[in-house]
Order: sequence, then structure tokens, then C-alpha cells
Amino acid sequence: MDSNSNNIVQAKALGKQVSSPEGKLTILDDINLSIKQGESLAVIGVSGSGKSTLLGLLAGLDVPTSGKVSLNEIILNDLDEDGRAHIRNQFVGFVFQSFHLLPGLTALENTALPLELAGSEQAEELAKQKLADVGLSERIHHYPNQLSGGEQQRVAIARAFASNPKILFADEPTGNLDQKTAQRIINLLFKMNKDNGTTLVMVTHDDALASLCDRKVTMAGGQLSEDT
Amino acid sequence: MNTIKFAFTGLKRDWYSGELRLIGISILIAVACLSSISFFTDRVRRATEQQATELLAADLVLIASAKIKDEYIDKAVRSGLIVSLNESFRSVVVNGDKLELAEVKAVDSNYPIRGNLKTSDDLFNEGQINDAIPTEGAVWVDSRLLQALQVSLGELINVGAAELIVEKILTYEPDRGGDLFNIAPRLLMNRADLDKTKLILPGSRIKYRLLLGGQSESIDQYREQLKLDKNDNVRVQGIKDARPEIKTALERAEQFLGLAALVSIALAGLAIAMSAQRFAVRHYDNCAIMRCLGLQQRQITQIYFYQLMMLGLICSLFGCAIGFFAQEGLNQMMVGMTQQSLPKPSWRPVLSGIFTGLITVLAFALPQLMRLRKISPLRVLRKDLTPLPLNNYAIYTLAIIALVLLSPWQSGDVTLTIYTVLGLFLTAILLAVSAKLIIKLLKQLQPKLKMSARYGLANVSRRSNQSVMQIMGIGIGVTVMLLLTLVRTDLLAGWQNRLPDDAPNYFLINIQPDQAEDIQAQLSASLNNPIQLYPMIRGRLTKINDNHVNPDDYENPRANRLATREFNLSYADNMQKDNRIVAGEWWPENENSENYFSVEGGIAETLGIKVGDNLSYSIAGQEINGKVTNLRWVEWDSFNVNFFVVSNADALMDYPSTFISSLFIPDSNRSVLIDLIKQYPSITVFDIDAILKQVRAIMNQVVRTVEFVFIFTILTGIAVLFAALQSTHDERTHESALMSALGANRKQIVSGLIAEFLLLGMITGVLSAIAASIIELALAEYVFKMEIVINPVLWLVAPLVCSLIIVTTGLIGTRKVLASSPMLVLRKT
Repeated sequence: MDSNSNNIVQAKALGKQVSSPEGKLTILDDINLSIKQGESLAVIGVSGSGKSTLLGLLAGLDVPTSGKVSLNEIILNDLDEDGRAHIRNQFVGFVFQSFHLLPGLTALENTALPLELAGSEQAEELAKQKLADVGLSERIHHYPNQLSGGEQQRVAIARAFASNPKILFADEPTGNLDQKTAQRIINLLFKMNKDNGTTLVMVTHDDALASLCDRKVTMAGGQLSEDT
Repeated sequence: MNTIKFAFTGLKRDWYSGELRLIGISILIAVACLSSISFFTDRVRRATEQQATELLAADLVLIASAKIKDEYIDKAVRSGLIVSLNESFRSVVVNGDKLELAEVKAVDSNYPIRGNLKTSDDLFNEGQINDAIPTEGAVWVDSRLLQALQVSLGELINVGAAELIVEKILTYEPDRGGDLFNIAPRLLMNRADLDKTKLILPGSRIKYRLLLGGQSESIDQYREQLKLDKNDNVRVQGIKDARPEIKTALERAEQFLGLAALVSIALAGLAIAMSAQRFAVRHYDNCAIMRCLGLQQRQITQIYFYQLMMLGLICSLFGCAIGFFAQEGLNQMMVGMTQQSLPKPSWRPVLSGIFTGLITVLAFALPQLMRLRKISPLRVLRKDLTPLPLNNYAIYTLAIIALVLLSPWQSGDVTLTIYTVLGLFLTAILLAVSAKLIIKLLKQLQPKLKMSARYGLANVSRRSNQSVMQIMGIGIGVTVMLLLTLVRTDLLAGWQNRLPDDAPNYFLINIQPDQAEDIQAQLSASLNNPIQLYPMIRGRLTKINDNHVNPDDYENPRANRLATREFNLSYADNMQKDNRIVAGEWWPENENSENYFSVEGGIAETLGIKVGDNLSYSIAGQEINGKVTNLRWVEWDSFNVNFFVVSNADALMDYPSTFISSLFIPDSNRSVLIDLIKQYPSITVFDIDAILKQVRAIMNQVVRTVEFVFIFTILTGIAVLFAALQSTHDERTHESALMSALGANRKQIVSGLIAEFLLLGMITGVLSAIAASIIELALAEYVFKMEIVINPVLWLVAPLVCSLIIVTTGLIGTRKVLASSPMLVLRKT
């Protein structure tokens, strides 16, 4: 695979097939994509077009059936699940549509989790700092069910940035929020992204949201096309 | 809307989608375990009873002092029962100038209906099974009679007017232990020779017995329909009315098996409750949508009630089928271990299996599913709207009621049930409260721990309510497992220890006062063991508190009999070691200012005697009065000499008495006995070895059964562990996928899980050891009435074993969790 020092993510001839009762089902077909360091990219497309699958492959959550994907110049195909987990912990942050906070953990504990996994000695202090950045200093000991949707997503953003990732993957980050809250979250996400110099890859239905990104690609029928 | 049809469709859908499988499988396992226990214990109970029938030589015996009326016999024949008649009486048997009073029994060819006779050609030999009875013109006599008459096999002796040949030495007669203390040397003859003896005369003291054998249903039916004419003075003796030690053994057997069955139900209930909780949580959305579409709360209740009933019924039936095959397998395992194959089981376990399955599923699953009716239709818009959690007290109360309801059905013992259910309930509370405290204390340690241990502890403490539930659930399972181990080892050891290998195997009776001292010294020296002789005085109870004792005043046949007959009384300064005061106090040593009586508790209850009552006895024509100072519990199955009534020494010392002793004489030392009989021919020696062997065989069978049942209960316990893990499976899968997405490697996730399970295991183990010890002490003290010493090893072993079980089961139960792809976090919203 060609390496380009500017590219934090590079996918080449990426394909994903799954078995179904009707035979093999192609979800992604021959995807080629490069994402530069510091860039923001929106992946848009209708439901079932393969957006989330692509996100999963790029973030090393899943492995392709064909093609190769590299993250920070490390070819993910060559790694086992633990190897990919290490890469995710080192370089990747996530923001999900349904927040995915651990319900038994407080805002602070949720935020500190990736740092603890990385063995950080200052997990708690760093997590507190990130929660302050998202404006939740007062609510660090609250559990997810004591927080509003917007607040939960802010905790998720704090967690995503806690370990200073090189790249942030966001899957429909405003999908579960009202318009006003969504706008605040988007502003926060882009601000944090800019302040931290993070690369942002965002899956969304929302054209307006997508247009805030530097680049926009569209998934349709498992194929990717670059919008110009 | 047809809610039944809707429920059935839902049942099928949920079953195929796997939603209901966990509850279904729990019911299946529970009923399979339970019914295999029931089937098996049903068979063992029948076998045990059958074995015990040997002591009656029949399944049922009618005893009368006059010839048994033909109508009783005809009725038995019509009912298809095997019938055998015998007459027994005391008669002097003569060989030349030697005379000996013997207990003669004249039997027909059907004798014995249960058990076997054993005969030998040598003195004091165990003998071989002999399927015949003495041939016409011949008798079988026991060793003592042979010796007393100084006769050899093949020689003639006189029984009444008949001259009969001594054919064999009779070494064992199944029903000879009818009355231990009035036993004379034995002689068995053929009924056909009875007339020749000319001993059956008007006024002769003869016991007529009708021995009956057959299917237990026919026997029960015969017994129920038997309308005894009071004037006939016929006494009926079934297996449970037989000897007190057998009665105790059978009752104990039922207690142990009942305990195991009850514990299985409790464990199954736990598994079902945990599975149902998970099922309910997974159905919040469905219910919210159905409510949104217009389904009423009442209809939701109905739908889930019908689903549970259907599921309960189907799974109970399958469970019974599996249980039936499982117990067949058990039976196969038992074939080599028992002397006889087990009788076929009855269908009762199927009924009790279904009944238990339904009650268990309703009591333990319904409260969880009833929460679904409280689902707000608003949940379709706001997912965080969950119904209020159940009131735990309400759940446990319902569960306890269900257990109490089911227990008499399973264990047939109310005391045992109350203690066990109370024990389980207190255990649950103890576990919950202690677990909460321990978790709180341990949380202080959290910052000092390494990542995995900290994550494990965090998992336990952050989900403190769930952890408490898990500790409680698993803890009850482990407590009962431990309890069963303890019951099995300690209580059974305690029980068997009371019948050690050197339990008395001979009774010496009719020792005259002037012989007592010499015999005691001689036996103590030759057996190298101090021998205790007890005085025995025969007396009839005449008055209780100035009220004359009239047999007709007692409706209870036992009381009636006791009021009629003479008691064996004794006197002592100190209470026997294996007796225990249940009311009042023993008199001070050498306190002889008044006459005091100590009465056995059971007989006191039967005759209505209380502490403080004045009793009058007629002894050799004299009346003696005394005050009851205490009631005693007597361990009848110890085979030690025991008396219903004991007085202080001065009260009875001057009355005519004989002495009695029970002693152990090993086979190698039997010459001691022969020498003693030669020296003191008036002494009657009664060999209880054979009966002891039978009692011990019954006990061994019970122990084996409890061990088998114990294995099943452990399996149910493991099902509870799985159910407990399953209840957090979804949450764990999600967490594991999320942790993985956030960069945790497999080792970190596994280490976290191990730390969590290890911690749960240690807490559970320690708490369970405490709980099991407390319950065991309570059971030993109040139910089994044995002394138990708590084994300190338990406190080490229990946490280790619990941790091992929980970590292993936990990792097996969460292997799917570990295999969950981090992609789940993108797919699951």
C-alpha cells in the first residue's frame, strides 16, 4: 500500500461481504478513500447504503473481506483484534448516535475510561479537564440516566477527546437530539476538533451538517462517490 | 381481541427468537431435576419401605389374640394379596430332662412374604438364605435353644405332644424383633404340625398373625377399607407402625429428600426470576408499542399470564419426560450398588412436576412480567422511561409463599419446610445486607488497585444493586449447596455415628440381681470394656394425678395399648448420655426424699402426662407414687438400653427387678457369649446383629440417595449461576463491545471479568459459609436433634470453591460477550 505521510486514513479497494439467506451480500464494493490529517470528512447516504460499515472498517472496529485499510500508516488488516484495539486506544475517538455511555459509570468515570484502559496515571484529572471543556464541570458525578440527551452526548464528546486522538469518528452524532441541542453539539464537536487538531470523519444524513465539513462523500449501494 | 391466541403466537415468536428460551430452559431444568428427584426418591422410598417391610415379614400384618376371622382373610384374598397365617406362643420345649421355655412360631409355606429366613448347620454362624420353611415333622431352632436343650441337628425334641426333628439352626427370621425384651429362644415349625402339639387350647396365650403382601396401592386400599370390629381386638401393623427405629429412619429419609427437593425448587425459582427479569427488560419496547397501539394494561397482564402458563405447562411436561429418563439412568447406576432393583415409579411425580413447574414459574416469573403492564406508552418517544422497579419485599414474600405452598407437597414435613424457608429468607437478607456493606467497604480500596482489579471492583461496586442481587442469587445457591454438603457429611455422619460398627449387637436380659455384679465384672474383663447393667422392674400405670388410667378413655390405639400393658421401669441417679431433657429438670444426684419419675416425651404426649403430674404404678401388687420432674427425648435407634420411665434410685430399688444390658461382641469373641450362657443358663441372650444390619442397610441406601439428589441440586445451582450471568448478558455484551471500541484489548476485558467474578466469588463464599453454618446449626439443633461441630476448613474452602465455580462458570457464561464485535456499538442504537 502506498504511504502518504499526510494521510491519516487510507482505504484501498475496500470490500465487505456478509452471508445472508439469499447468498453473499455485498455491503461495500471497491472503496478507495484517503483522509488527510486535520481534515473533516462527511459520509452521507441513505439508510442501508453502507455508511456505518465503512466507518467501522476505517476505525478498525471490523475487518474488510477484501482490500486494505491503514490508520496512521499502520495497516489494520495485518493486526488481530487486540492489535486493532491498541490502535483505537492510541489514535481513535468515537462519538455515537446513541451516546453509548456505560450506564453504571458516572460522567467522570465514563470520560476517564479510555485513559484508564491506556494505563494513564492522571486519568481522573484529564477527564475532569475534558468535562470542563464541554461545560459539564458541575455534573461530573452524575450517572447517564441523570443527564439529558445533549448532556450525555457532551460526555461522549469529552470521552472521545480525553485521550487526544488523532482521528475522531462520529456516527450520526446529532441523530438522537433536538435541533437546538444538535446545533450546540455540532458547534462543540467542530470547536473541539479544531482546538485539538483532530481529523473528523462523520457519518450523517444531514446535508447541512455535512456541508460544514471540508469534504463530503456519498455512499450509495455500497459504492462511494466524492462530492465536489 | 383473542388474548389466548395472541399469547400463543407471541409465545412461538419469542421462543424462536430466543427471548423465552432462558425462562423455558430454566423451567425445563428445574422440572427435570425435580421430577427426576421425585421419580427416583419415589422409587427409593418404595424400595426403602420394601426393605423395611422385611422387618414385618410382610407389607401389612393383622395381629390378634384370638383366631383371625375368615372375613379378613377372604377380603385379602379377593384383593389379590398374598396371605400367610402364623401362630406364636410360649411353650416349654423338652429334650429328655432338659426343659426350656421357647417362643414357638408355626408358619405356612407363604412365610415370610417379605425378607428371608436364614439357617445354618453350625452354632453362632450367620447362616444362608433358606427359601423353605421347616418340613412337616421338623423344627428349626435358634442357637440358644439348641444349646439350652443340649440337642444336635437330626435329634428329636418335644413341642407339646408332638415329637419333632431338629432340622436346622435358625439364624434369622425377618419379623422376630417384634418385642425386644420379651424374647425367648426361638423355634420355628410347620403349621401342619400344630394340631399334633395339642397346645392350641381355649385360654392359651397365642398370638395369631395374618401376614399380607402385595402392591402398595392394594395394601393401602385394603387397610383403608378394613373395618375392624372393636371386639375382635385386632391390631394392624404397617411398615410405619413397625419398630420405632425403622420409623425414625424412614422419617429421616423423607426429611433429607424433602430438603433436597425444596432446595431445588428454590434454586429453580431463582433461575426463573432472573431470566424473567431479563425477558421483561427486553420487552419494554414491545409493550410500549402495543400500549401505544391501544392494548390495555389488563390485556398485557393476560397475555403474559397465558404465555407463562403455556410455557410452564409445555416445559414442565418435557421436564418430566427428561426427569423420567434421567432417573432411569440413575437406576441403572444403582443396580450394582443395591441388592435389588428399584420398584417402578408411580405417576405422582408427573403431577407434582407439572404443579411445581406452574407454581414456580408463576410465583417467580409473573411478578417480573407484571411490570410490563406498567410500561408507559410514552416509552416509544422516551426510551429512558422504564417501569418502577419491583418491590423486592413483595417478590420475596411471594416466593416464600410459593415455597411454603410447594414444600409440604415435596417434603411432606412442615417443621423442615418452615426452617428451610425461613433459613433461605434469612440467608437472602443476610447476604444482601452483608454484600452491600462489603462492597461499600471494598470501594475504599479501589484507587489503590491495579487496572483490572480496579475495573472488576468498579464493575461490582458501580453496579452495586445488581451485584448485591447476584451475590444474593448465587449466594443462596451456594449456601444450599454448602448446606447440603454439610447436611450430607455432618448430619449423616452424626446419624451414622450413632450406629457405629461397635453398636450393641446383643441384649442380655433376665439377669438376676444376685448375678448382676459377677456378670458385669466377667463381661467387662473378657470384652475389655466396661459393661453397664440396668435394673428393670415391670409395673402397670394405674393413675395419673389421682385419675385412674382406663384404656377405654384413650381413643388413640397406641395410648390404649400403653394403658393396658406393663411398662419396663428403671431407676438411675443420672440420665443416660444419649437422652436429653425436653421439659423440666433431672433430679439432683442422691436426692431421694421423694419419688421422682422421668418420662419419655413421646409416651408422655400419647398418654397426656406433663411435668409435675403424679403417677401411680402397680408393681408386684404394691402401689408406688411419684412426681414427674422431667420429660426426655430418647434416641431409640441407638440400640442402647432405654426406658420409657425412669425413677430415682430409692423409689424402685427395693422392688423385684432383673437386669438388662446391651453390648457389642465382635464375631471373633462369640465364645464369651457361649461361656456366659453355659454358666448362667437363665440369662436370655438376644442377637440384634441381623436387625442392625438391616437398619444400617436402609441408612446406607438413604445416604446414597441423598448423594445422588445432591448432584442434581448442584446442577440446578449451576443453572442459577448461568441465569445470574445471563441477566447481565446484554449489558455485558454492550460494555465489552464499547470497551473494545475504546481500545481495550481482550486481556484487559478478561482480566476485568476475572477480577469481578473472583471478587463476587470471595464475597459469596464467605457469606455462604456463614449462612450455611448458621442454618446447619439450627437444623441440627431443632430438626435432626444432633450435635454438630462446625468445621473451620469450611471458611477457607468455601470462598476458594465459590471463586473457582463463579470464575469458571462466569467465563463460560460470558464467552459470547468476549466474542462480541466492537461493531455492535455502531449497529445497536
